[in-house]
Amino acid sequence: MELSEELSHYGELVKKKLSEAGIVIGDRVRVIDDTRVYEGILMPRPILGDENAIVIKLPNGYNIGIKIREGTRIEKISKVKHELKTSIIKEKTANNKPKVYIIGTGGTIASRVDYLTGAVYPALTPEDLYELIPELNDIAILETEQLFNIFSEDMNPQIWCKIAEKAYEKIMEGYDGIVIPHGTDTMGYTAAALSFAIRNTPIPIILTGAQRSSDRPSTDAALNMICSTIAASKAPFAEVAVVMHSTSDDESCTAHRGTKVRKCHTSRRDTFKTINGKPLAKIKPNGEIIMQTNDYNPRGKDISKVNLEAKFDDKVALIKVYPGISDEIIHYLIDRGYHGIVIEGTGLGHVPQNMIEALRRAVENGIPVVMTSQCLWGRINMNVYRRGVELLRIGVIPGEDMIPETALVKLMWTLAKTRDMKEVREIMTTNIAGEINVRSHYEV
Amino acid sequence: MNENLNYYEKVGLKVGLEVHQQINTKQKLFCKCPTIMVENGNFKTIKRFLRPSKSELGEVDPAALFEYMKHKEYIYEIPEEASCLVELDEEPPHELNQEALEVALMVALMLKSNPVDEVHVMRKVVIDGSNTTGFQRTAIIAMGGYVNDEEGNVEIKTLCLEEEAARKIAETEDKVIYRLDRLGIPLIEIATAPTIKTPQQARRVALRIGRILRATGMVKRGLGTIRQDLNISISNGARVEIKGVQDLNLIPKIVEYEVQRQLKLLEIRDELIRRGVKAEELESQIIDITEILKESKSKLIRKTVMEGGGVYAVKLRKFKGLLGMEIQPNRRFGTELSERAKLMGGVEGIIHSDELPGYGISQEDLNKIMKYMDVKDEDAIVIVCGKYENCKRALEAVVQRAREALIGVPEETRAANDDGTTRYSRPMPGAARMYPETDIRPIPITEDILNKIKSKLPEDPEETIRRYIVKYGLSRKLAEELIDSDRGKLFEEIVAKWSENATLIASTITYTINSLKNKGLPVENIKEESLKKIFDLISRGEMAKEAIPEVLEYITVNPNVDVEEAVKILGKGGISIEELEKIVREEIDKAKDVIRERGMKAMGLLMGRIMGIVRGRIDGKIVNETVKRMLEEELKSLKQS
Ligand SMILES: [Zn+2]
Repeated sequence: MELSEELSHYGELVKKKLSEAGIVIGDRVRVIDDTRVYEGILMPRPILGDENAIVIKLPNGYNIGIKIREGTRIEKISKVKHELKTSIIKEKTANNKPKVYIIGTGGTIASRVDYLTGAVYPALTPEDLYELIPELNDIAILETEQLFNIFSEDMNPQIWCKIAEKAYEKIMEGYDGIVIPHGTDTMGYTAAALSFAIRNTPIPIILTGAQRSSDRPSTDAALNMICSTIAASKAPFAEVAVVMHSTSDDESCTAHRGTKVRKCHTSRRDTFKTINGKPLAKIKPNGEIIMQTNDYNPRGKDISKVNLEAKFDDKVALIKVYPGISDEIIHYLIDRGYHGIVIEGTGLGHVPQNMIEALRRAVENGIPVVMTSQCLWGRINMNVYRRGVELLRIGVIPGEDMIPETALVKLMWTLAKTRDMKEVREIMTTNIAGEINVRSHYEV
Repeated sequence: MNENLNYYEKVGLKVGLEVHQQINTKQKLFCKCPTIMVENGNFKTIKRFLRPSKSELGEVDPAALFEYMKHKEYIYEIPEEASCLVELDEEPPHELNQEALEVALMVALMLKSNPVDEVHVMRKVVIDGSNTTGFQRTAIIAMGGYVNDEEGNVEIKTLCLEEEAARKIAETEDKVIYRLDRLGIPLIEIATAPTIKTPQQARRVALRIGRILRATGMVKRGLGTIRQDLNISISNGARVEIKGVQDLNLIPKIVEYEVQRQLKLLEIRDELIRRGVKAEELESQIIDITEILKESKSKLIRKTVMEGGGVYAVKLRKFKGLLGMEIQPNRRFGTELSERAKLMGGVEGIIHSDELPGYGISQEDLNKIMKYMDVKDEDAIVIVCGKYENCKRALEAVVQRAREALIGVPEETRAANDDGTTRYSRPMPGAARMYPETDIRPIPITEDILNKIKSKLPEDPEETIRRYIVKYGLSRKLAEELIDSDRGKLFEEIVAKWSENATLIASTITYTINSLKNKGLPVENIKEESLKKIFDLISRGEMAKEAIPEVLEYITVNPNVDVEEAVKILGKGGISIEELEKIVREEIDKAKDVIRERGMKAMGLLMGRIMGIVRGRIDGKIVNETVKRMLEEELKSLKQS
């Protein structure tokens, strides 16, 4: 870390006093004002709060903030020597263990805490993982790569492509499974993207993450990582899946099909749910995999059919309908040259009357419009009510029981292949990667 | 006391105190749940594990490792009305409770402690399951200040605001059950420097801090709402932390017993050195002696074998006689080994050679064991029964503790027993593992907040006691009783109007009410208004003070009856002097013969009869004066005639 960067959240007065005394972050300092004297290690400042309050770590481990005024003295006591060390545990090599490749994208599945400075360091080398989550040792031989290090919310279709390319490469190299640690916010989108981008994968491609940061003893990352590695190593299905806590308990994880999964809670461990389908499997940390459906692509060895189709057209918009919505939004998209629109309609797939003309204009301009429902649960049916029939007549494509986010990703993927309206309709209404179930089951 | 001080000075006693007090805020420290306890219900539960977070140096905290080694599963009961996703570690903490912060600052100012300018909440790693997160959120609010005491002021090190842990409901070999109602209740932690010099001083400092906390009127009362930890060490001994002391009066005893314990452990150490024992000679070689004892008549051993377990032993070279040595009342060195064995191995206890023959193990059995294990006369052995894995862990812990005897006093955390002795609970945590709680932004302590609190700072309780003594003439004991029972405010309200009855008022609202409470009566039915009415009646002479307990008791059981009515029902309505004189006249007339015969000596008899009629309805003193006066008049007129 650059020192100037570390000091960056301090105000001018503090910066001036520190530079005069030759103090940098990590030095042991003494702060003296009228009545008080404090000694401790100078810490970086959090972004929030008073920029002229310096943060020091006291010998008892606590941080406190002290307001620096003109008359305050800051003295340097000593430079703190502090080296980062990692103790390396040799992996127990056993050739019969499955080989799993881990592609880091950001979001930490394991980390170490530097209690001296309070900093949290992500850990992704196999050695780190074996040490922090020793159970992994017994499951698989891990190889790791930090492909990206970005926040979940900064994910985009270009990065989906890079991840897909890397996964494809590793499939071709013969790994038994792939685990992709990923921030949870947009994990569902990436899961859908990989489901379409990698055709006929013979091995499981597992996305996982943490709702509680990996630096804390209660993190969900450990169980998620253990179950993901188990799934990657030996699950009978060869699909893209999200593997995360089944419930709030640290008991088992659920593998959700990549095209049917959605983040449904801002903070709970069991935030991911399968919508309009059954989850693939329940996975226990003891290695047990209990399939929840018979309808899955089986694991195989044949890599000849694997196909990489990692292209996405990002000129696609997802619009949620609401009472009073204006048709201007649709006209804007047409005028700005968008290539496709997914509507999150009300109920069975409806929009208000005032949007009909705008949508007709879109279709007439060669912009496919796909209808999904903001109910999330259930299937689109535009034949029941008159408004639906009108929409069908102008050429809106029913998105069946696809969740809106999956329909968006699928339309991006489809438009990267073809802009032909007939072909787009054909692809969008055909099940490609488990995103459409033609039968709606009572029990999901 | 001086002699005492000399003794403790000589052994180099140093005591530090940590007081933990729950604050009575409406909401918890980091969420909006109420701070209530839920006793009954069918609670939903969740199951969790915690893993020690390794530091950048790859090392694990000894205390954290100790909990992890037990490999327990944690079950959390979820009372709907007193917990939310924050307690479940399923939602980030909300901002720090401002009300709690203000109470903490108030206490800080009362202790002359310096508030920090910006509060930074930290995560202190604790993995015994008592926090769902695996850490406790804690922040320093102020530093410095002091508690004044007759044996010298004691410095305050830190004043922290932290979250209370979940409460433990049950524990078995492989799991611990906690309830989440208590988790997150705000707690003030006040830590003194280790400069307390005597056992009595420790008690006084704890009492003084407790009174200051209560003076805020914002702390929780009742069992478990205030707890003190004691750090105790002597020269050449070690810092031992005794946690969770609830009764202040137990503190001096705990300190005395810990001094005794450390001195005895140092004696044992010296004896081991004299015997030439080396740590490396203490091997944890565990020997299976099940076969050797197959003929034994010991019920314990037969039961073990029947249940498929075994009997295992280790040899402690040159330890003979030391295991039976008493180090605290009724607790021997062997007890310390046994506690470790129980905790680490889950065995029921140990049997050691200093108490053999015994437990049904005969001299003959013992001889066989000694021969088989090649035990010399100077050695000791420790035996445990059960599953091999458990026994192995238990005996390894025993040997570990025996090795520590060579150093003298091991640093450790202990828990207080009711008699003032202590038991082992876990190794002393290493340097606190703390890192910033990044989910909560730093909180500035502004001049405005401090001024607001200064303007409503309560009176120092020492000052209040002095005022009660000087202004109202209360005894020190009664004044302290008022403060400690939290009834100072009530006292001042009542005494403001009837100040001539200060002592009576004070003793009524402390001793009298307490004794009714001890009888099991619902004293919460005594309203402030009723007390005021009682003193009003007394001052008007319409009720005698002797009737107070009876009237109060009546009100507790009949809460809908008001004081005047109760007085009437009980026949305790006051009588006037005229009425009294009439009664006295009648009684004198009835007793004329006796009066003639015995003169003033008839006073006792008359008083008895008259009090029987008027007791509780008029002040006894007035009765006495009236009877005396009228008897004298009677005798005078008799003489004249
Ligand atoms: Zn809550």
